[in-house]
Amino acid sequence: MSTIPAGLKFLKSHEWARREADGSVTVGISDHAQGLLGDLVYVELPAVGKHFDGGAACAVVESVKAASDVYCPVAGTVTRVNEALADKPETVNGDPWGEGWLFVITPDEAAAIDALLDVEAYAASIA
Amino acid sequence: MPAQTPLHANHLELGARMVDFGGWDMPLHYGSQIDEHHAVRRTAGMFDVSHMCVVDLAGGRCREFLRFLLANDVAKLKVSGKALYSCMLNAQGGVIDDLIVYFRDESHFRVVVNAATRDKDIAWIRRHAEAFAISVTVRSDLAMVAVQGPEARARVLALLPEADRERIGALGRFAAAESDGLFVARTGYTGEDGFEVIVPAGRVAAFWQDLLAAGVRPCGLGARDTLRLEAGMNLYGQDMDEETTPLEAGLAWTVAFDPADRDFIGRAALEAQRSGGVPRLLVGLLMDEKGVLRHGQVVLTSAGEGVVLSGTFSPTLGKAIGFARVPAAAAGDAGATVDIRGRQVPVRIVKPVFVREGKAQV
Repeated sequence: MSTIPAGLKFLKSHEWARREADGSVTVGISDHAQGLLGDLVYVELPAVGKHFDGGAACAVVESVKAASDVYCPVAGTVTRVNEALADKPETVNGDPWGEGWLFVITPDEAAAIDALLDVEAYAASIA
Repeated sequence: MPAQTPLHANHLELGARMVDFGGWDMPLHYGSQIDEHHAVRRTAGMFDVSHMCVVDLAGGRCREFLRFLLANDVAKLKVSGKALYSCMLNAQGGVIDDLIVYFRDESHFRVVVNAATRDKDIAWIRRHAEAFAISVTVRSDLAMVAVQGPEARARVLALLPEADRERIGALGRFAAAESDGLFVARTGYTGEDGFEVIVPAGRVAAFWQDLLAAGVRPCGLGARDTLRLEAGMNLYGQDMDEETTPLEAGLAWTVAFDPADRDFIGRAALEAQRSGGVPRLLVGLLMDEKGVLRHGQVVLTSAGEGVVLSGTFSPTLGKAIGFARVPAAAAGDAGATVDIRGRQVPVRIVKPVFVREGKAQV
């Protein structure tokens, strides 16, 4: 289990969100989540330009064993998706906090991310 | 509290992710189920299958009893050690379980049944054994390790007493023999060559460690599932159950209708279904688009709806595969579509064998 990088925010359902310098939010799933799913074989990403409400199902990660919805941490519009995952979904297993990011959104409200779980609260929720 | 096999501590020590399977706490994988899958296709892997249930039958009328109990015909077993795969049916022709039966001698046969069905299986066997004066012994004192892959047999043979190696190495497919207290069967559930070894519970941890030292990779139930599905082998409870006949589950080849005068449980129902036309058949599905086939997804065919039974991602083929039960009229079609989260995804209908001995069959 790799340590959770500082500064990330979380949903209880294991999505992480990181506020970037330009105000956008990068989203991925936690190391704990990839461990629960096992080897990922397919990632279905949202369409760029699409808007999601906070908590809405917006992507699917599938392992050999199960398909799992990914929920949008905060309301916003998708601006970029990690296209490299189409050919290498296992990147999410190997580097969930880095190269395994899923998509980037422009949040409707910049402050919305502050309401998510912080690292300590998320760590406690999976302990 | 789920049951534990005698190898439970070994799994934990290897860092396995454990999962409840049929009331047993079993390893799902030891890190990567896909790597474990490839190890079996390319070299050798081992599975703790001690949750499966070994039942020994004894009595002078053993063969007669099994010819009545099972849909396949143990009259085919002529040489000691030979094994046969069969379904055990209820009177309606529904599958109570699928199993392997080994012929030891005329008064001794051994049956290996599934973990999740063991209680009902044992009750059913005992219920019918009485009339044949057969004693039924559940061998909870035995454990079982499946060693599978192109190098599996060689790795196991090296652990046997030297004097036995040639004899065990010469075992044909679906045959078993004993060596040094081990019951070594050239059977499996992966589509690869290998052995399933029945070991006294007290010795299995040492046997496991010896295999580990010989470079055999521990594999969990996850890899076992993708391997058997690639190999076109059914999983009880998912591909067939008591509401399904073997004719509807791609298992017609395991039903011995000849000789016509052999009475077996379920025979009348199967004959009626055969003459009336089997309404649904099991087919293989192969999906070229990205995504994964899953149990329960609806299949839309030219003759109506069907359903995905077992579905998974095939690590060997790099695409989704599955079994589906579809209306018989559509079984010969080239393709169908599967509803995946509201999207109609095209699939090919194929013979339900995808990989054998490391080679793609589709």
